[in-house]
Amino acid sequence: MTNLLITNGTVLDQQGERRADVAVADGVIVAVGTATDASDALAARQALDDAIVLDATGCIVSPGFVDLHVHLREPGREEAETIETGSRAAALGGFTAVVAMPNTDPAHDSLPTIEFVRTQAARAGLCEVAPAGCITLARAGEQLAPLGELAAAGVRLFTDDGNGVQDPALMRRALEYARPLGITLAQHCEVASLTKGAVMHEGSCCSHLGLPGWPALAEELMVHRDIELARLTGAPVHFLHLSTARSVELVRAAKAEGLPVTSEAAPHHFTLTDEMLVGFDAVYKVNPPLRTPADIAAIKAGLRDGTIDAIATDHAPHPPESKEAPLDQAPPGMLGLETALALSITELDMPLADIVAALSWKPARIAHLDARHGRPVAVGEPANLAVFDPAAEWTVVPAKLASKSRNTPYAGRTLRGKVRHTIYGGVPVVIDSVAQR
Amino acid sequence: MKHLLDMGHLDAMQIHHLLDLTDHMVEINQRPMPKVPALRGKTVVNLFFEDSTRTRTSFDTAARRLSADVMNFAVSSSSVNKGESLRDTIETITAMGVDAFVVRHASSGAPHQITQWTTASIVNAGDGWHQHPTQALLDCYTIRTRLNRTTGFDGLHIAIVGDIKHSRVARSDVQAFNALGARVTLVAPPTLLPPDISTWPVEVSHDLDGLIGSLDVLYLLRMQRERMRDALVPSLREYTTLYGLTPARAARLQEHALVMHPGPMNRGVEMAVDPAELPGSTVLHQVANGVAVRMAVLFELLGSGGEMTADTAADSPDPSQAGPRS
Repeated sequence: MTNLLITNGTVLDQQGERRADVAVADGVIVAVGTATDASDALAARQALDDAIVLDATGCIVSPGFVDLHVHLREPGREEAETIETGSRAAALGGFTAVVAMPNTDPAHDSLPTIEFVRTQAARAGLCEVAPAGCITLARAGEQLAPLGELAAAGVRLFTDDGNGVQDPALMRRALEYARPLGITLAQHCEVASLTKGAVMHEGSCCSHLGLPGWPALAEELMVHRDIELARLTGAPVHFLHLSTARSVELVRAAKAEGLPVTSEAAPHHFTLTDEMLVGFDAVYKVNPPLRTPADIAAIKAGLRDGTIDAIATDHAPHPPESKEAPLDQAPPGMLGLETALALSITELDMPLADIVAALSWKPARIAHLDARHGRPVAVGEPANLAVFDPAAEWTVVPAKLASKSRNTPYAGRTLRGKVRHTIYGGVPVVIDSVAQR
Repeated sequence: MKHLLDMGHLDAMQIHHLLDLTDHMVEINQRPMPKVPALRGKTVVNLFFEDSTRTRTSFDTAARRLSADVMNFAVSSSSVNKGESLRDTIETITAMGVDAFVVRHASSGAPHQITQWTTASIVNAGDGWHQHPTQALLDCYTIRTRLNRTTGFDGLHIAIVGDIKHSRVARSDVQAFNALGARVTLVAPPTLLPPDISTWPVEVSHDLDGLIGSLDVLYLLRMQRERMRDALVPSLREYTTLYGLTPARAARLQEHALVMHPGPMNRGVEMAVDPAELPGSTVLHQVANGVAVRMAVLFELLGSGGEMTADTAADSPDPSQAGPRS
């Protein structure tokens, strides 16, 4: 097994921030303390001589990040991404676990598909991939997926992401049925009849460009509905990719009432506005769409006060040719895994500890992955760690991204915050910003 | 000027310049032999992803009268149906040696996107709900000649009536009329207005009767039947009652007022009178001027800077005297 010494870094976890070296042996943290503590712990196991030393000078050593929202495209759309390439992008972004959305082909609505995803993830060995199950069969919104069978196989998060569950009666039954299973249903909030043909945020910009608008209301109505369903059923609801100011307000009020709701926001929803579409570049087309400066301010405020629990990327790879289509024909979505940390550090006026919380232990809890991920950096804990330099500047070059696709809206942007090493299961899968597998 | 994509890219000087050029083209069109060698050796491709016989014919005629070689490329006969991407289509035709693409596309922004895949000039012949700049130039030319407004539209009140939301003509016309100094009022039910036009240089009214007597130009848009499916209006009958040009409304128009329509008209819907009986109807006039306007645009994009033979110089407009250059 691999033994590691992470030297000269600053540990940051839910217990706070402290200067400490970290020793890892056989996938477990065996020392957090002075350099001597760390090397002694390995020496006591006859593990010092072959230990890999990872320099963490100027770096934060934190629990690995957990992305609640990625599209890995396999099975079905391997030309856009595979579980391996997506896992590599995740590892380079500091993520040790990702929740894979079920809108694959076939969708994650049966045990064999879930098993396939896990097998491919284990083969890649770059991060844990937790497949989210479908709420309804084939995400068609008509009949419940086998929530109980999938829950028994360890699936904990369920969603029809890409589609909202339109029928309130069906969503109510799904939540009622889910409650004793100890699972969380996550909603893609979009009332479909309000977004027919929609390409971008409904507002001044779409009016000018002559593009069909995606009104904020379409998200907010479903957020509101599902808050009421959480109240009625007592089952937890997680809101995916919140994008509007009013959605944030609704979730804030629901949390103040003590309702079992959580939420996430994607970096593009706190960094980019609908004005980006004026050049008709489909790389900026995403669902829900880029919104207004007021919405960005509200998303940031929601992250600051904890209304929004997690930063989740909605990593959505698409091959170049599909993004070169006219806007109404191009698929929505943008890459996110390799830029999430840097965008958060660069754009969020938040203490670093709160950013790491929103990237690590808070989403780990929502995904029910908190037995292994988002753990404190402490002796006896599984070694799933991110080591990043919060001050390092780098420029986004699409061709250098590990994802199989190139559809990042941040090409050429200089960002602050770079992942240096990622340790997954005690193995350094990224060393000095280079993937080792 | 490399491309003509969006009326918002042109200022008043540039619009006046193109309208001045159009005057020359009208003169050419009135000759017994309406053809000049201005664009000899240039190749213009009409690339229509959406069928529009009248606009394509207008561009086709315009290019031929300037002696350009013309290729017509309609979507039904193209490899687009075989799954070829927009980019591949453009790059393939560009490789044949092309100076300009005239592009009509059902998707807003497609002509804009195309500019990154070719060195040729792009003329937007209508994209989605976005822009139709040559229609706007043509409308300006019609108003300018019919109301004798060579220097601008200051003091004119123009109402654009109907389905503004889905209209590329309205978006281009608002920009062009405003640039030339007109006061523009949009008249439509709220469901047929774009969701947020607070930044547009227009007034909005839902009461055609309240302003029809003060208009200099009444611009009617085509009302499409499918709008009823989306619950944007209850019925065409009700639309006509509230927003159509009925005989009663026509009777209240000022004597000099123009009635314009980009075509094709829905007789009995937005045009509930016989346009031939309206003294101010410009509909056929608009079609005739369309060729001249498109000649001016093609000449502006392809002719300027090109070599002029003695023959062309004599026969074709000299842009250096026609007005300021873009």
